[in-house]
Amino acid sequence: MPGRKTKRAKTGRYHKTERAWAVFLLPSLAGVFVFVCLPFLDVVRRSFLTAVTQEWSGFRNYQAVFQNQAFMLAVKNTLRFTAVCLPLLIGLGLFLAVQIGKLRKMQLIKSLFLFPLAMPAAAIVLVWKMIFSRQGFLNLLLNSLHLIPESGAVDYMDSAAAFWVLVFSYIWKNLGYTIILWLAGIFAIPTDILDAARADGATERQCFWYVIFPNLKGSLYTITVLSFLNSFKAFREAYLVAGSYPHESMYLLQHLFNNWFVNLELDKMAAAAVLVGTVLFLAVVLLQKAWDPKEREE
Amino acid sequence: MRKCLLFLLGLMFVLPVFLILSGTLLSRYELKEIMMPLVSGTEAFMRWKFFPQYPTFEHYVRVLFYTPQFFVVFWNSVKIAAVILAGQLILAVPAAWAFAVYRFRFRRLLFTLYVLLMLMPFQVTMLSNYLVLDGLHLMNTHGAIILPAVFSTFPVFLIYRGFSSLPKGIIEAARVDGAGELRIFLEIGLPLASNGVLSAMVLGFLEYWSLMEQPLAFLENQTLWPLSLYLPEIGLDQAGYSFVASVITLIPPIFVFLAGQEYLERGIAASALKE
Repeated sequence: MPGRKTKRAKTGRYHKTERAWAVFLLPSLAGVFVFVCLPFLDVVRRSFLTAVTQEWSGFRNYQAVFQNQAFMLAVKNTLRFTAVCLPLLIGLGLFLAVQIGKLRKMQLIKSLFLFPLAMPAAAIVLVWKMIFSRQGFLNLLLNSLHLIPESGAVDYMDSAAAFWVLVFSYIWKNLGYTIILWLAGIFAIPTDILDAARADGATERQCFWYVIFPNLKGSLYTITVLSFLNSFKAFREAYLVAGSYPHESMYLLQHLFNNWFVNLELDKMAAAAVLVGTVLFLAVVLLQKAWDPKEREE
Repeated sequence: MRKCLLFLLGLMFVLPVFLILSGTLLSRYELKEIMMPLVSGTEAFMRWKFFPQYPTFEHYVRVLFYTPQFFVVFWNSVKIAAVILAGQLILAVPAAWAFAVYRFRFRRLLFTLYVLLMLMPFQVTMLSNYLVLDGLHLMNTHGAIILPAVFSTFPVFLIYRGFSSLPKGIIEAARVDGAGELRIFLEIGLPLASNGVLSAMVLGFLEYWSLMEQPLAFLENQTLWPLSLYLPEIGLDQAGYSFVASVITLIPPIFVFLAGQEYLERGIAASALKE
C-alpha cells in the first residue's frame, strides 16, 4: 500500500486522518467481531472438545463427522447441486443476457426475469406443490401430451426427481440476477472494440467469442461466487416444500445443520461448520487467484 | 421475433403470481374440488381454473377481518425488516466510507474479511450466532434475528462500490480547504452514498422479507414468527386462506421491486464491476 507510506512521511498535517477511519469503521467492526469472528473462534475451540463434558477430544469430532452417513450424503448432494446448477445458471444467464442485450427496449423483459427474486419462497411453495405433486400440473401436461399414462404419474417431490425440482426452483429464482450481472459486464465493454471488429467483417458469432467473451472474465468470477453463495439459499424452497427430512436426493448440508441444531449435536456441528467454512474460504480464494491476478496490486 | 420468444419465456417466470391471484378468487367449494386430488391423493389430475365460476372475496374478508393472528405475523415481518435495514444503514455507510477513503493498517485484510463474511452462508455462522445469542439471552426474541443481521457486511460492500468511484482529488482538495473529516463525510460522502444505500435497502428488503433460516433456528414461539415462516404452516385444507396470505405477503416486495428496480439492478451490477 503505497498510500500509507506517503501519508506517514508527511507527518503532522495528516495525522488526524489516520485515526479518523477508526471512528467510521469501529461500530461496524465491533459488531462483526462480537457476533461473528469471536464466536467463530469459540466454535473452532469447541470442535476439538466433547459436547457435554467439554474435555479435549482431538480430532474425534471431525472423525465422527466424516463417518456420519447423513453428512456424506449431504456433502454429495450439495456438491452435485452446485456442479449442476452453477454451469446451467451461468450459461443460460449469459445466453439470455446476450439476446436481451440486442434488444432496443429491454426493461420489461429484464423485469420479468428478475421478478422471482422478489417472491418470498414461502409464497410460492403452494404453487410448487401444485405443479410437482403427483396430481399436479406437470404430470397433467405430460399426460395430455401422451408422454406418460395417467397411472404412471410420479410425485416429483418424493422421488429422485426432487433434486431436479430444486435445481429448477434455483434457476427460476436466480436467472434474472445472473442476467443483470452479465448485462452489466457486456455493457462495460467499450463499444469501439466491437465496432472495429464489425468493421473488419467479423460475424456476430465471432464478435461474441473473440471480443465479448474474453472481456467478461472479470464478471465470470463475481457471478460464480455470488451464484455459489445464493445456491445455499435454495434450502428455503427445499425445506418449505419437503420439510426437515426430504427425499434423500435433495438432503443438503443445510438440512443437516438444521437437524443437528435442533438435536443440539453441537460438537458435530462445530466440526462441520469449521470444515464447510474452510472449504468455502479456500474455494473463494482459489477462484479469485484464478480469475483476478491483478486484484492484489490495487 | 427474438423479443416475442424472450417475452414468452419471461412470462413463464411470473406465472406463479397469476396462479396465486386467481386462487384467491375461487370460492371455498371450487377450491375444495380443485385441491381434492392434492389432498386425497386420487389418480385424477388437478384442473386449474384461471377464471373462477363464481368469483368471491370471501377469503380476503376472512384474512382481513377474522384472522387477527395474521396481523401479528405480518407486523413481525415488518418490524424485523425495518429494524434490520435501519441498523444496517447506520453502521454500513460510515464503514464503507472508512474502507473507501482511508488507507490504514490491515485495511486490505479487514476488507477481505468483510467480503468473506458476506459470502459465508448462514449454516457456517449459525452455531457462532447461537452461542452469542444464547449468552446474551436473546434466543426466542426478535433480537436474535435482528442483531446479527444488522452487522451483515453485504451493505458495506455495496456502498463501498459507490464510494470507490470517487476521485481521490476531491477529498484532498476538501482537506486542503480545511474541512474536517466528519464534514467531508457528511457533505461529500453521504450524497454519493445514496445510490449504494438504496441498492442495499432494496436488495436487503427482499432478503429480510423472506427470511427463513434464522427464524427457523432461533424463534420457537410461533407468535414471534415472520410471515415467511408462518405462511407454509397453513394447510392445504385452507387453500383460500393460504392464497390470500400469499398475495398479502407478496404486496410489499412487489411494491419495492417495482419502485426500486433501477436500484435493484444497480445494486446487482455493482457487485460485478471491478474495483
